[in-house]
Amino acid sequence: MNDNQERNARRRTLLKQGAALGGVAALGVLPAFTRAQSDKIRIGLMLPYTGTYAQLGVAIENGLRLAIDENGGKIGGREVEFFKVDDESDPAKATDNVNRLVTRDKVDVLVGTVHSGVALAMVRVAKETGTLLVIPNAGADAATGPLCAPNIFRTSFANSQTGYPMGKVLADRGVKTAVTLSWKYAAGEESVAGFKDGFSRGGGKVLKELWLPFPNVEFQPLLTEIASLKPDAVYTFFAGAGAVKFLKDYQAAGLKGKIPLYGSGFLTDGVLEAAGDAAEGVETTLHYADSLETPRDKTFRLAYAKRFKTQPDVYAVQGYDTGLLLVLAFSKTKGAVDKPALIKAMEGAVIDSPRGQWRMSKAHNPVQDLYLRKVVGQQNRLVNVAVKGLDYPPADRCKMASS
Amino acid sequence: MDLGTFFVQLLNSVQYGLLLFLVASGLTLIFGIMGVINIAHGSFYMIGAYLAWSLSGAIGNFWLALVVGVALSVALGLVLEWLLINKLYDRDHLYQVLLTYGLILVFEELRAVIWGNDVHAVPVPALLKASIPLTENLSYPVYRLFISAVCLALAGLMYWVIQKTRLGMMIRAGASNREMVQSLGINIGFVYRVVFAVGVALAAFAGMIAAPVSSVFPGMGGQVLIICFVVVVIGGVGSVKGALVAAILIGLIDTFGKVIEVQIGGFSVLPELSGMSVYLLMAVVLLWRPQGIFGKRL
Repeated sequence: MNDNQERNARRRTLLKQGAALGGVAALGVLPAFTRAQSDKIRIGLMLPYTGTYAQLGVAIENGLRLAIDENGGKIGGREVEFFKVDDESDPAKATDNVNRLVTRDKVDVLVGTVHSGVALAMVRVAKETGTLLVIPNAGADAATGPLCAPNIFRTSFANSQTGYPMGKVLADRGVKTAVTLSWKYAAGEESVAGFKDGFSRGGGKVLKELWLPFPNVEFQPLLTEIASLKPDAVYTFFAGAGAVKFLKDYQAAGLKGKIPLYGSGFLTDGVLEAAGDAAEGVETTLHYADSLETPRDKTFRLAYAKRFKTQPDVYAVQGYDTGLLLVLAFSKTKGAVDKPALIKAMEGAVIDSPRGQWRMSKAHNPVQDLYLRKVVGQQNRLVNVAVKGLDYPPADRCKMASS
Repeated sequence: MDLGTFFVQLLNSVQYGLLLFLVASGLTLIFGIMGVINIAHGSFYMIGAYLAWSLSGAIGNFWLALVVGVALSVALGLVLEWLLINKLYDRDHLYQVLLTYGLILVFEELRAVIWGNDVHAVPVPALLKASIPLTENLSYPVYRLFISAVCLALAGLMYWVIQKTRLGMMIRAGASNREMVQSLGINIGFVYRVVFAVGVALAAFAGMIAAPVSSVFPGMGGQVLIICFVVVVIGGVGSVKGALVAAILIGLIDTFGKVIEVQIGGFSVLPELSGMSVYLLMAVVLLWRPQGIFGKRL
């Protein structure tokens, strides 16, 4: 990254944080004015607007707003009012934050969030109060697994869903052995479990699972271990700053080019500029890629770039699809907040997404195409569809009381 | 684990340990010589890392950024000692903990205001970007070896200053008996101010040279602070030699804890519990020698 880009990146973040602050400040004033108007649909946005995930929160909100604006700024013929809370990706504050939206602001639909720990707190509150919840990112398998409920939907992915196809692809290529390496926390464990399942079903063998306490980034001993185990492939789950450091360390240790590196898509999403040539050639699987080149994706990317002056990413797509889902469901009920009817509409929804068409599984997680991508020139280029219409993890892990 | 891998892991341990020593040495100096518990020490490490990022971005040269950064952190140390810390020498440890805890909050807030809450990467200086091949498929980054060499050089320098120079004599005398040294006509207030500034600069310097391998992120000070106290407690409060030995010991335990498999009764102990191994070491040392390995008897 050159200095100029770096400086621009910093300026952008400052602007975003400024906007987020404005949003939070407005929060204290607005509800008192608007509570009387019952003709608006109340959407509660609980997203990170500060901290490591701030950019993700902003991208999700942008996508959501774009989808609603493309529908004339209305859903089900009614105006929309947003109630925003910055969840700071802090699980300790999560329950209070959700309750603020549910009890004080009495939102009709909850949308959130990025961090899995915070999302699970939202799931608990949604289960207790019956509030409709749409999760636009957090991949915790449990949200659409053991903790699933009729009123809880996800428009993004399950952690193991992004690992499974990579395992399958490698096994299909005839790769025999692999070593996995990840942070020891829910997202990493689920992603690795998905990979292992896909890989071993196709006849591959995981020689060793290497773990690191979250968010420790002292990779050196584990890289040494990988070099001595000499597997045919390495599968990793890292994201953000940890991913950048891992990619660079992997290259500095001389392993790049000797033992090919694979990962869930988050390894190379949003970090390519910082990682530079250390990421070049790395293959990952995810439910989106930078170059799908479908007409649907092109229209979306153009509209998003025009409106927000920045390129959309997978998080923006997930926010956009959340908007599409709400538009679709409320148009079925003609704007009425009729929960059983809304749930039925969402369960039957087929979303015409920039990532490709997808529908809800029995467990309310997307049944979607997973793409194999390869980093070429700081882009996650599409290689092919790794698995078509993947319903994973198996929906039978969710025992839903019928609505 | 074959012999080659074993030696590489040994190298990893020593390299990690030396970096720990560099951060912890400032803490043990301030604690041992001045008797001040400075829990804001991790903040100085974080400030150093952020300085390395913003200065090397602004100046465009990592080495120049290092020089400017050290000068700034020495100045910060001098000002803090003059403004706040020197009021605490005669007070109870609790006051020191309260004040320096307050400093942590102030520095975190200032960091958010000045630098924001984002994660940043500092590029490895071009001169040291290469890697040295060690085994058939593993190379070692030159920059990591450079860090180790710098840490060793600084350890030697500290030993020489404290044991062999006039300033070192004053520091050692001041640590034993502050009033007596003062009545002999030595400006002990000045000596303390220098020691505090050096302690701050050591932590900040560690943050700066570690920045290219550790990345720069909010809350990095807190992570380092805990492990620093473990180093100081194991090594013995105030002992620079102890800090060195303890840091290397922790490097060994942490590294091998991550890669050796130990099973007891079918339950995987290592690496499952590798996050705890360092603290177990501390518990064992404290049971054996409550004053730490090289600490003076309590």
